[in-house]
Order: sequence, then structure tokens, then C-alpha cells
Amino acid sequence: MIPLSYYLVFAAALFCIGLYGVLARKNAIAILMGIEMMLNAVNVNLVAFWRYRTPDLIVGQAFAVMVFAVAAAEVAVGLALIISVYRSRHSISADEIDMLKW
Amino acid sequence: MTTVTLIWLLPLPPLLAFFLIVLFTNRNKGLSHSIAVGAALLSWAGSMVVFLRSLQVERFGEQPFMSNINWLPTANSWLKIGILIDPLSAATLFFVSWTILMIFLYSVGYHNYGQPKGDHDRPGLPPHGATVIDEHGHKHRVPSIEPMYSRFFAFIGLFAFGMYLLVVSDNFLTLFIGWEIMGLCSYLLIGFWYAKESARAAMIKAFITTRVGDVFMLLGIVYLYSASGTLNFRDTLYNADVLTHLAETPAGFLGLSTAGFISLLLFIGTVGKSAQWPLHVWLPDAMEGPTPVSAMIHAATMVSAGVYMLVRIFPLLTADWHGHGLTPAMMVVAFIGAFTALFAASIAVTQNDIKRVLAYSTISQLGYMVAALGIGAFVAAAFHLVTHAFFKGLLFLGSGSVIHGMEHGLLHTESDAPPGEQIDPQNMMNMGGLRKKMPITFITFVVGGLTLSGFPIFTAGFWSKDEILADAFLHGHWAVFLTLAVAALLTAFYTMRQITLTFLRDPRTDSAQHAQETPWTMTFPLVILALLAITAGWVGIPEGFPVLSLFVRNFFHEFVAGTLLERPEPVFFHIVPLLTSVIASLGGLYLGWVIYRDMPAGAEDPIAKPLGLVYGLIKNKYYFDEIYDYLFVRPAYWICETFTYLWLDRGFIDGVLHTIARAAFSVGSVFRNWIDKPIVNGFGDFVGESVKRFGRTLRFVQTGRVQQYMVMTLVIVFGTLFYYLFFLVRP
Repeated sequence: MIPLSYYLVFAAALFCIGLYGVLARKNAIAILMGIEMMLNAVNVNLVAFWRYRTPDLIVGQAFAVMVFAVAAAEVAVGLALIISVYRSRHSISADEIDMLKW
Repeated sequence: MTTVTLIWLLPLPPLLAFFLIVLFTNRNKGLSHSIAVGAALLSWAGSMVVFLRSLQVERFGEQPFMSNINWLPTANSWLKIGILIDPLSAATLFFVSWTILMIFLYSVGYHNYGQPKGDHDRPGLPPHGATVIDEHGHKHRVPSIEPMYSRFFAFIGLFAFGMYLLVVSDNFLTLFIGWEIMGLCSYLLIGFWYAKESARAAMIKAFITTRVGDVFMLLGIVYLYSASGTLNFRDTLYNADVLTHLAETPAGFLGLSTAGFISLLLFIGTVGKSAQWPLHVWLPDAMEGPTPVSAMIHAATMVSAGVYMLVRIFPLLTADWHGHGLTPAMMVVAFIGAFTALFAASIAVTQNDIKRVLAYSTISQLGYMVAALGIGAFVAAAFHLVTHAFFKGLLFLGSGSVIHGMEHGLLHTESDAPPGEQIDPQNMMNMGGLRKKMPITFITFVVGGLTLSGFPIFTAGFWSKDEILADAFLHGHWAVFLTLAVAALLTAFYTMRQITLTFLRDPRTDSAQHAQETPWTMTFPLVILALLAITAGWVGIPEGFPVLSLFVRNFFHEFVAGTLLERPEPVFFHIVPLLTSVIASLGGLYLGWVIYRDMPAGAEDPIAKPLGLVYGLIKNKYYFDEIYDYLFVRPAYWICETFTYLWLDRGFIDGVLHTIARAAFSVGSVFRNWIDKPIVNGFGDFVGESVKRFGRTLRFVQTGRVQQYMVMTLVIVFGTLFYYLFFLVRP
């Protein structure tokens, strides 16, 4: 059986890729995608810990499903915001959406 | 009503009239003068009753009418005020009430009651006359009613109150109050036509000059109070113990006794009030007032009040006198009186204004009385005071009547050809021939004039003046006797000059040509006063006078002499003073007639040439006004404007204040510049500025880019984690 650490390393890598995407990409949709990736990295962790540590309980799986739901809702809201921003500024570049400053 | 109650009430009607007129009836002219004249009539009737009752009292001087009440509590006693009618005040009351009543009545006519309102009269100026159109359509200029008619009667009412109060009072305090009320009223009445510059100047001059005397008089009263502890006449003046005490205590001043010193201080009050040299300057200027006022001030009341007071304090003045040789105080009084008599008479000779002649004549006659008191002739002075009040009141009212007639003529010249003649209706040079136009005024004026000049036998002035001269002669006061004799000559001369210029020969101007007799309200008082001026002398015919003394006793002497503790001996008849006064009187009258009978219109005064430079000197009143201007008025102005205002106030007081202010300002500046601004403000600003600068420095962090925020968050989280793991949680 594949040891737990493999999953954890994978999840960490996935999280880091997502984090990089969030921090480095200009396209707001790409940033959203990065966030999704980070959330899924967490989900991998949750499921892996459940399988290796407490397989009798269903909590891990249930929690992962919860995260999906939240992520789906978050993407819906995020895309709506992006469309709204695009309508007013004709751009979805994160660099140009910088009105909240001094 | 008991006599004493009646005396208490005597001064009140005029005072009531004053308040009634001022408060209620001043819009109604007829009602106002009715109240005032009615009040004068009441006081007059009361005075007559008191006078007649006082005649019936045996040895009245020892049992006068008196009564007093507690007034002002002092430490352990009361200051009392009260009334006292002794022979002296009874005689004074007699002439005061008569003249006041006559003057009140005369004022009605003088201020043109019943005439129309003036075309452009305004308050504060004498009426200028009105235009009326008669049934034939002719325009006439007629005299117009005084705009401030009621106000005049209010003032003379208050004036009369002051005089009555002064006469009936039994102490120096109420006497002084009455005295000052009259001072105020004379100020108000001299300046009655206040829109005239000259009237304003005259009112101030009169008030301030008399005030000089009044201050000394008040000092005298205070000294008397501190020396004797009472101000009551009976307790001081008619109390042998007090008099002896005062006479024997030296005042420590010029070798005078206390009595002499006090009486000199009080005498200065008389000098101011009765216009004696050197405080005589106000009286001629006071002629700016309406003529009834001049009569009031100069005949019946104010100036008489001065002499009345001096007669009153005669016992004090002569307290250390033993009948031969004069005390220093008496010498001063005699000198000032005699000098003033001659000095003022000489000025009167050159005056052309009909009222000014009378003003100087008044000063001169008052000088007679003062001189008489100075040589100890108590009764003679009182006698002359009474007769003078009548004939001088008569003359003043007569001159007012003349002026009134002249003004009528002046207005008449305007009726034909405006603006008419431009002459001074008071200047005697513009008159002449008025005897035909104004017969009643003429006759009464001549009576008054002859009385003033002491025309023998018939007139009161002869008897009273003769008594003074006789007293001076018989007691050997030669200097006084000669001075007064010369003054008598001058008096007769200027009186005849006045009569000749005014009434005799032909009119010298159109106005005099058209002068008219004045209404009955003016002539009636003249007639009454003329009768009194003649008859008042018959009560004082000296003992031993050929023929006449067989019929009449020297009643006045018997009556008034009783005022004093030691009844003075009556002056016995002597031929030398009699001849002197007859010669002076008749000689003066004759000279006045001869010199002025042929004076043509517009000519120079005939005595101007022979007198030369002296005439100019006298004409300008010996330059006393100018001298006083240089000596007192200008220095006073200098002290006010330069010394007090510029130096003391602006320089010194303001300077000190400014210095203090400047010093306080500097201290404040120091605190502000060195403490408040740098430290307190600096700290506050530093905090604020630092925060600002800090914020400005750090604000670049807030880029508005979400990703950068996240990077920062990440860095901080990692940093914190690193720190936590490697430094705080030691493995």
C-alpha cells in the first residue's frame, strides 16, 4: 500500500502549485482556478488522513464533500464578481483591479 | 392758623407752583402763569399777615416768631432746622414778598401773554414777533409770545421758593440751601434764552463766579459749626456767651479772632452773591436774561440775599468790636464795600445799555450797604437794603418796559418796510423822547431814578443813603464817607444821564418814534413799586430832622435795631452829611441833565472827549474781564487742556498704563515664542506629523493588488512560523 506520506507530498505539491497560481497569475479566472487547486489539495489530505488513520469513521469523506460544496459556491460567486468587474473595466487582469489603495 | 405755622408754610406755594407747572400744566400757558402768580399771591398774603403780626409784638426782637424741628441726627444731638422771623427778617420778608409778587405779575406782560405765536420763534431765543393782518388788510408786525412761557414761570417759582426759604430759615444750613437754589435758578434764568451764545457764556460765568464765593461761605459755615457746635442764628449770633467766646479765641490767621475769620469767610459768600469787587464781573453779563429775571436777581432776591446774610451775621462781624476803631474784618468789609460803590458807579457812567447801567448801579448800591455794615451801621444797611429793593426793582422793571416799548417800535418799522431798522433796542443812544410814548413808564422810572440818586426829602433813597453817610460821618470814618459821597454824586449823574437819554428830548430813531406803552400787567407793578419806593423811606427819618421828625418817628430804626442784643443808638441828625447828600444828589442830577440834554442822534458820548483815555478805561470796565481772562480763565484752560489732558492724562497716566500693557505683552510674547510655540505646540505637532510621515512612508505597501497582499501575508505567516518554530519552541 502506498504510504501516507506520498499522498501528503502530492497534496503539498498540489497546494503549492495552486498557491503559485493564485499569487503569480494575472488572469483572475486563473487565480480562481488556483484557489480550486488549493482546496482540492486540502481535500486530498482530508481523504488520505481518513483512510490511513480513522477508516471506521466517515467524517473525513463528509468533510471533503462539504469543501466541494463550498468551493462550488465560491466559484459561482467569484465568477459573478469577475464578470461584473469585466463589465465595468473591460479587463480581468488582477493587476489592473487595484482601486482599493491609498 | 398760628403765626408760626404760617411762617413754615410761606415758602411752599412757589415750590408747589414749580412742580405743578413742570409736571402737569406746562402745555397750558395761561394756567401756568395763573398758578405761579397765584402762588406768589399766597406767599405775599402770608408774608403780609406775618409782617403785620410782628409789628404788634412788643419788644419783638427779644421774642421773635421761632420754631424748629429735629432734622439730622448727629453724634449725641440733633441738627435742627426751623424758622425764625425777627425784625430783620420781617422787614426783609416785607420787601421780598412785594417785589416777588410784582415781578411775577410783570412777567405775564413782559413775555407777551395774549399775543400770537411768532412766525419763526423757537425755544431758546427771544421772540422775534409775529405778523397779523387787520380788518383793512394791512400787515402788522406785533410782539409774539415767549415760546417757553411756562418754563419761565416754573423757574421763577423755584427762585421765589429759594428766597422765601432763605428769609424764614433760622440757621445757616437752610439759609445756604435757599442760597444755592437761587444760584441754580439764576443760572437757569440768565441762560433762559440758551440758544444765544452770549447768554450761555453769561450763565456759566454767573454760576462759576458765585460758586467761588459760595465755597468760602460753606467753609465759614463749617468753621462756625465746629467752633460753636450749632448753626442756629439765635444760638450763635444772638447769644452773648458764644459771641464772646468766638471773639476771644484767636483764629491764628492774620491776627483775626475766630469771629472775625468766620465772618470774613461768610462775607466772601456775600461778595460772590452780591457781586462785590472783585467778584462783580458776573452781574453785568447776567443782563442777558429776560428783564424780570434781572429785576429778580438784582433787586428783590439774589443780590439782596447776599447783603441780608451779611446783615444777619453782623453780630458775629462786630463781636470783637468795642465801638471805636474798626476790627480788621470790618475794615476789609468797609473797604470792599466803599471801593465797589465808587468803582461800579464810575463804570455805570459810561455804559450805553439801559440794563447794564442799572446792573452797575446795583453793584454800587450793594457796595453802599456792605460799606455801611463795615463801619457798623447795622440799621442803615438794612434800611438801604429795603429801599434799594423797591427802587431797583422798579428801575429794572421800568427798563424792561422801555425795552419792550422799543421792541414794539422796532417791529413797527418792520411792518412798513422789512427788514426794518437794525438797532439795539437796549441801547439808550437809540432812544429819546419816550416820555410822550410811554407816560406811565416815564413817571415811574423817574420816581425810581430820583430815589436811586437820593432826591431830597421825598424819596426813600434819600433817607437810607443819608443814614449811611451820616453814620460814616458821625463815627469819623472819613475815607468811607468821602468815597460814598463821590459815589452818590456819580449815581445821581448816571441816573439823570439815563433818564435824559431815554425819555427826554426828541426820539433819535424810528423805533423810539413808534414805541408804545406796555400793557397793564407791566405798568401796574411799576406804579405799585413807585409808591413803595417813595413811601418806604418815610419810616426811617432820623431823629432831630427839622420839621419832619415832629410828625414821624424813626420807626424803622426802633423796629430793626431790636434784632441785635445791644440796641444800637439811632443816628442823630447832622447838617454836614445832609448837605453832602443833597449837594451830591442835586449836583449829579443837574450835571446829567446839562451834559446830555442836547445829544444828537449817533453822536459820541459828550463825556468821552474830556475824560480821554480814562473814558476808554472805564468804558471797558477797567478791563476786569480781560484781566480775569488772563489770570484765571486761560490758566484754567491751560491746566485742563495742556497740563491735565496732555501731560497728566495722556502723558503720565496713559503712559503708565501703556508701559504696563507693553510689559505684560512682552512677557506674554516670551512665553508664547519660547514655551508655548516650541514646546507645547512642537510636541503636539511632532506627534501628529510623525504619524503622518510614518503613514506616508508606509502607504506604498497598500497597492490595491490582492496578490501582493497575499504574498505579504504569506511572508509574514512564514516568518512568524519560522520564528515560532525555531526560536520559541526549542526542539
